[in-house]
Amino acid sequence: MNFDVNSPVLFVLAGIVIVAVLAQSVYFLVKAWRRAKAIGMDMGKLKRIAGTAAVFTIAPAVAIVISVITLAKDLGVPLPWLRLSVVGSMSYETIAATNAESAMGLTFGQVTSLTARQYVTIVCVMTLSIMVGIWLVPLIGKKLQSGLISLENRDKKWSDIFSSAMFIGMISAFLGYVFCDFSVVFRGDMSGLIPPLVMLVSALVMCVCGLAVRKFKWPWISDYALPISLILGMASAIPITALLG
Amino acid sequence: MKNDLSYMDSVHRDGRIWNISMMVLLFLFPVAVAVIYHVLPDWQGFLMGLIATAPMYWAVAVVETFTYVPMLGAGGSYLSFVTGNISNLKLPVALNALEQADVKVNSEEGELVSTIAIAVSSIVTTLIILLGVLLITPLTPILNAPVLEPAFAQILPALFGGLGVVFISKNWKISIAPVILMLVLFIFVPALNSSTVGIMVPVGVLFTLGVSRIMYKKGLL
Repeated sequence: MNFDVNSPVLFVLAGIVIVAVLAQSVYFLVKAWRRAKAIGMDMGKLKRIAGTAAVFTIAPAVAIVISVITLAKDLGVPLPWLRLSVVGSMSYETIAATNAESAMGLTFGQVTSLTARQYVTIVCVMTLSIMVGIWLVPLIGKKLQSGLISLENRDKKWSDIFSSAMFIGMISAFLGYVFCDFSVVFRGDMSGLIPPLVMLVSALVMCVCGLAVRKFKWPWISDYALPISLILGMASAIPITALLG
Repeated sequence: MKNDLSYMDSVHRDGRIWNISMMVLLFLFPVAVAVIYHVLPDWQGFLMGLIATAPMYWAVAVVETFTYVPMLGAGGSYLSFVTGNISNLKLPVALNALEQADVKVNSEEGELVSTIAIAVSSIVTTLIILLGVLLITPLTPILNAPVLEPAFAQILPALFGGLGVVFISKNWKISIAPVILMLVLFIFVPALNSSTVGIMVPVGVLFTLGVSRIMYKKGLL
């Protein structure tokens, strides 16, 4: 059989894995939903939370589609479709594909055709290099969760601070990341201001949403404040980049 | 309490079965291609590619597991580590949902809210990617349009601007030290960039936990 990176066979194989991933998500959704109902949680509120999660996901998911298109130039559509629907991310998949291709004397971004052997080699590298999280969570997830529950039972106040501190630690790392190109400003290159300004617009939009909820009593805004600040922040990047880029 | 434990136990049991099955299924993809096309990997290329890629990502995955599992909850973790895009999508979705519901992730309500938000996000992501693949020919020129490029390049700043306001305003006392530390590090250490931010997340988490513990012990929180 002649090999083609866009062969229907590869679409079918990728599709099988993706359907299984989809099934896992549906399974956990139904399980959690039933449990929430059983313990008497406010189902209307949960529906709004699910709606917000869906709306919020759209923009990052479109960015993932762009990553599929980018990787498809070298690898065809089925492999990036599979890889970006499970486990990976744009940066990881690009690095893994680049390393695998260069190990076989190819240059990422300039590959016109792959043999079946090269393709299998690239897939093996991409698959094996990121498998740790999938098996490590089943191995230690329960112990980690038990540790948190016992912390909660020992000292509730510290347990609450503990979980807030973890979130703040994660957010502070990403806030720092927004400024990683800032030092170029000291050399007169204003492009380093683009990410901080986009972040500022997003933060201001979030503040305006918060004020609107308080002043005009529009509770629905609080449900969609994060997607709104995300989209307007991204939109602001277009004129800001045109001005400073 | 017994019911609570049995629900959590069942989440771990099901999560283990799903994740191990998904791992096997993911391995079967290259195996199936190899069998169908009667080829074996280029072992030298495979080893060199693996050595260049795996050590860093294996280390990052170990650190991410310890860092993210307590934030995502049990069900959310099993799902997120299969569906990927954790820091740029699943974790913000879970954080926002917990904030919306006003619950902590270490409560049962928090566990359920986080799982529901991550599951919905995973389903929507999968469906949008599927749509993108089906419509790849007409979509490519639109999504690759130069005018839209800056918007998609700035997703993380746009995401963490809004999220930062919500969480920092509610926890400003414990936010000051880690935010200053990270700003100084990312501005003045050239090695810190988009590919190293994953490593800095646990650093930020451990530092914030340490500062918070000291403040808590001194009665400042």
